[in-house]
Amino acid sequence: MFLKKILKDDRGGQVFLTILLVVSILVPLSNLLVPEGSTFHLSTYTVTLLGKYLTYALLAIAVDLVWGILGILSLGHGAFFALGGYAMGMYLMRQIGDRGVYGNPELPDFMVFLNWSELPWFWQGFDQFWFAAVMVVLIPGLLAFVFGWLAFRSRVTGVYLSIMTQALTYALMLAFFRNELGFGGNNGLTDFKDILGFSLQSDATRVGLFIASAVALAFGYLSCRAIVQSKLGRVAIAVRDSEDRLRFIGYRVENVKLWIFTFSAILAGIAGALYVPQVAIINPGEFSPLLSIEMVIWVAIGGRSTLYGAVIGAILVNFSKTYFTGAFPEIWLYALGGLFIFATMFLPRGVAGLFKKNEAAQA
Amino acid sequence: MSTLDTVRSAMRRDEVFESLKPDINPNLNVSKDIILYLDDVSVSFDGFKAINNLNLYINDGELRCIIGPNGAGKTTMMDIITGRTRADTGTVYFGQTMNLLRMTEPEISNAGIGRKFQKPTVFENHTVFENLELSMKCDKGVWATLFAKLTGEQRDNIEQVLVKIGLQENVMLRAGSLSHGQKQWLEIGMLLIQRPRLLLVDEPVAGMTHQEMEKTGELLTSLAGEHSVVVVEHDMDFVRSIARTVTVLHQGSVLSEGTMDEVQNDPRVVEVYLGS
Amino acid sequence: MTYITRLFVVMLMVILPFNSSSFANDETPSDFVATLSGLTSSNFKTRTQAIDKLAQSKDKRLAMVINALLNSQLHYRKSDKLIAVLSEKNSKEYAVAVLTGEKLEVIKSSEWKKVIISNSLRTTLRDSLAMIELNDEDADVRKTAVAQVLSQIDVGQLAFLQKRFELEQDDEVKAQLNIAISTLLLKKNEGDTLSLIAKVKDSVNPSVRQVLAEVIENAKDPEIKQLATKTLAKIDQRVSRYAKIETLFFGLSLGSVLVLAAIGLAITFGVMGVINMAHGELIMLGAYTTYVVQLWLPNLIEYSVLIAIPLAFIVSGSVGILIERGIIRFLYGRPLETLLATFGVSLVLQQLVRTIFSPLNRAVETPSWMSGVWQINDALALTLNRLYIIAFALIVFSILLFILKKTTLGLKVRAVSQNRAMARSMGVKANWVDAMTFGLGSGIAGVAGVALSQLTNVGPNLGQAYIIDSFMVVVFGGVGNLWGTLVAGLSLGITNKLLEPWAGAVLAKILVLIFIILFIQKRPNGLFPQKGRAAT
Repeated sequence: MFLKKILKDDRGGQVFLTILLVVSILVPLSNLLVPEGSTFHLSTYTVTLLGKYLTYALLAIAVDLVWGILGILSLGHGAFFALGGYAMGMYLMRQIGDRGVYGNPELPDFMVFLNWSELPWFWQGFDQFWFAAVMVVLIPGLLAFVFGWLAFRSRVTGVYLSIMTQALTYALMLAFFRNELGFGGNNGLTDFKDILGFSLQSDATRVGLFIASAVALAFGYLSCRAIVQSKLGRVAIAVRDSEDRLRFIGYRVENVKLWIFTFSAILAGIAGALYVPQVAIINPGEFSPLLSIEMVIWVAIGGRSTLYGAVIGAILVNFSKTYFTGAFPEIWLYALGGLFIFATMFLPRGVAGLFKKNEAAQA
Repeated sequence: MSTLDTVRSAMRRDEVFESLKPDINPNLNVSKDIILYLDDVSVSFDGFKAINNLNLYINDGELRCIIGPNGAGKTTMMDIITGRTRADTGTVYFGQTMNLLRMTEPEISNAGIGRKFQKPTVFENHTVFENLELSMKCDKGVWATLFAKLTGEQRDNIEQVLVKIGLQENVMLRAGSLSHGQKQWLEIGMLLIQRPRLLLVDEPVAGMTHQEMEKTGELLTSLAGEHSVVVVEHDMDFVRSIARTVTVLHQGSVLSEGTMDEVQNDPRVVEVYLGS
Repeated sequence: MTYITRLFVVMLMVILPFNSSSFANDETPSDFVATLSGLTSSNFKTRTQAIDKLAQSKDKRLAMVINALLNSQLHYRKSDKLIAVLSEKNSKEYAVAVLTGEKLEVIKSSEWKKVIISNSLRTTLRDSLAMIELNDEDADVRKTAVAQVLSQIDVGQLAFLQKRFELEQDDEVKAQLNIAISTLLLKKNEGDTLSLIAKVKDSVNPSVRQVLAEVIENAKDPEIKQLATKTLAKIDQRVSRYAKIETLFFGLSLGSVLVLAAIGLAITFGVMGVINMAHGELIMLGAYTTYVVQLWLPNLIEYSVLIAIPLAFIVSGSVGILIERGIIRFLYGRPLETLLATFGVSLVLQQLVRTIFSPLNRAVETPSWMSGVWQINDALALTLNRLYIIAFALIVFSILLFILKKTTLGLKVRAVSQNRAMARSMGVKANWVDAMTFGLGSGIAGVAGVALSQLTNVGPNLGQAYIIDSFMVVVFGGVGNLWGTLVAGLSLGITNKLLEPWAGAVLAKILVLIFIILFIQKRPNGLFPQKGRAAT
């Protein structure tokens, strides 16, 4: 009933969720039940790769919510993604226990290496999964809230805001590269062993993570869709189109922006938390401005303000990235650069725009 | 009331719908019968004095027309009242108690001051219905908006405004695809549905046909009384047709004030308009 | 024919001095040669003896030999044991035969062998070198020698210094000798301590401070203790003042780098409102232009920077015009799209450079007139290349200001940026002006690249490192305001360097970024905002 209401008038979303459902049933089956060697068998490597794409898709939805719907071009969503990832990474780090190289039951290897004698205060509690899970939501959300509160209240908009968000992720990258900060510096967090007691090496855990990503993506999509469908969604689009006008009819634009921005950052954080156990590493490189701006291009390619377009874009671009960096590493940056130019100049409504050419432009 | 009566009363142009009557804001005190005070207001941009010691008082329920040559400071004055531009000096009060210079645009709007812009600004990607829904007087907080559901009463309100502005046929059309005149009307509708106590209307008839102009004039006059209306307009015929009191602005301050005839015979006004 | 004759004469002049004046000692030139040949012995003991003997020698060429020994440049030819100094120049090795001063080009380095010395020998050699230099004819050499002795607080040299003090004619050297001698005497606790302290009170040399600190620690006499403490405090005060000046200088130089990097952006972003994320890569192209110039004209390294400046302007400027005509002009009025498209351009340019020049950093040489330091006193030395960069930034800034304020192009640029339609109806070709403005901004970026090539590594990531900083500077200064960019760049540079001592370089940068983020919240239009009706 609820689903039906949310997905009313959203053909793209209906198709996407159906495909997602089918994929998240077929992939585990073909990995776990179909014997190796069969043409229908999917390797665990592929399952993890697909899981990674799904977390990217969730991230892309988060970016689309603020860019496509709310009109804020955030070049710093990588920061929220990475913070979520670090929160999860800290939990996974604590799960290693005394199986590390130095065998210290309390301290992660890099701290032993830096001659630290005890666990810093901000690492306390991360041995509990529930605590880490709360932090995955809380830390990106809090950062987005504080940043947004400052920025939106003083009406920093447009390109200025984009550059500010870029500076934010850049500053965080520089900070996380420092060993003194206590997050493993350059190398980040890695060598994870298990999650909730399940070995990260096992096929079943990998499939479990894949399914978790699919579920998170579905929930992320539905919640964003619910916002878009509500009056708040219409207000958000009005913010995008003419925020000045909206103020004069009595909306506190900065609050609208603040809450949606924060919600989007939380989604990005969750995506990061699911990403880390699948790729088995998190390092400051995830904060790099390049990655954040790359996310925007996923959305641009897929088609902004449709939400499902963001999913298409994220999967399409990342699939090509995997392919190109494997087959022609030299070409990839040319291709990515070309994509940026091509998408903005010739595909203003993205791939999703091609599907609904005949429909009236709805957003 | 029978349907016929409803339709009839809808056709009566001097009648204000019950639902369009402004709520009395508890903070608004008009005991002195003056709804808006501008005292000694000045503002300058890079040394250019856009508003220069402006004194202006609007009576409760009055329809006031403001005219003046380009650059007289008409739009800047509206910007100051609605909180878009901060005055350098002076005071601006809404009623006896509300200091508008300390309030943000949304606060001013929610206090009961509505504004129509010079260039029609509607939400082009929203339908006519959605434009009115967004403007409607209601709790405009984020959470309230997220869980907002239209009540029957609110639907009726929208319906009535649609009738009033003559856009019933176009209710599901994107506002961006309306004609210029229709956008003007839609914006007036958005103003009405906010149920403001004071309406600031900047060039309402620009780009309208003669019939539309007449209709607008009737609407504005019908609003006066329950609402206070300030109209900025260039079209002298239109001003003459609706004006009771006219204020002439020149170089950021009041040059002359009175009835249309008085103002037109004021030698200073003649000089400004005709040149010396 | 005449050319060859002249060359011959020059050669003779080089050789002759060694044959006449330099051997006017009681030691014969052949003795020196004989001692030198001891260095070629394979026996370590023989070599040590030879060096000892060498140190006693008064031959003119001794300083050169010792210097070469210390720098591991002294070699001998395996075939005939000819001793020579090998020095590298333009990646070709030259041998200077010690005995003749004649230049030989080394054909095979395998024919030569290095003379190896031990570390303890190095120390003695350094001492004797200082002694020789103390008596050099050149006052500058003597000054450096005194400074050397003082920096080592080498009490053993005291006698030499005192002897030299008697002979010294040059006032500056004499003053320095005075300080050095007094310091050494203080160290040895000889002579009247009070008057000695008074003699060194004007020096800011670290050795003087060290010795004074020792005096304070060992002094029994309260008067001495008090005077020394007071003097040291005064000296410390002056040293810290110089340190502040130095920090300021570093800040200014960093600031002018920021100004250089940002000023092109101030034009494209500030005046035209175009977000060019490829701006950093235009800087990078300028830096690579310098590299290519040095590659093509290896004999003109001294002038390479001067040649590169106009070339870089042309290269980056034309790439900029290409970007503007090819992409940006279709996106006017859509700033976020422009941002994304130009970011794509930046990726392509980076990868292009990687493909052409390899992903590794390239070394760009610094012309000799730009390298070196300007030693103001013992506590303050300013590097020349940074000094040049500051001057260069100011020159570029003034030229740009002139172009925008005084030329017709500038007038048209300002007209188009303020009211496009109006300017067009006045007969300004808006398209042409757009292209030229963008070309100008991009060209300036190229010129900035030339300057940066003298300070940092030239690599494909050079541009990325500066793009965020540049945007910060422009935004901080207030968009569309060149003066704002100058003030913002310099003040950010100085702030950064002021923070560095206690926060570290990375944290300082982070703090500055956070500061700007907060500042922009407070004043969204920067330091020098443009005001207007309804703040559009």
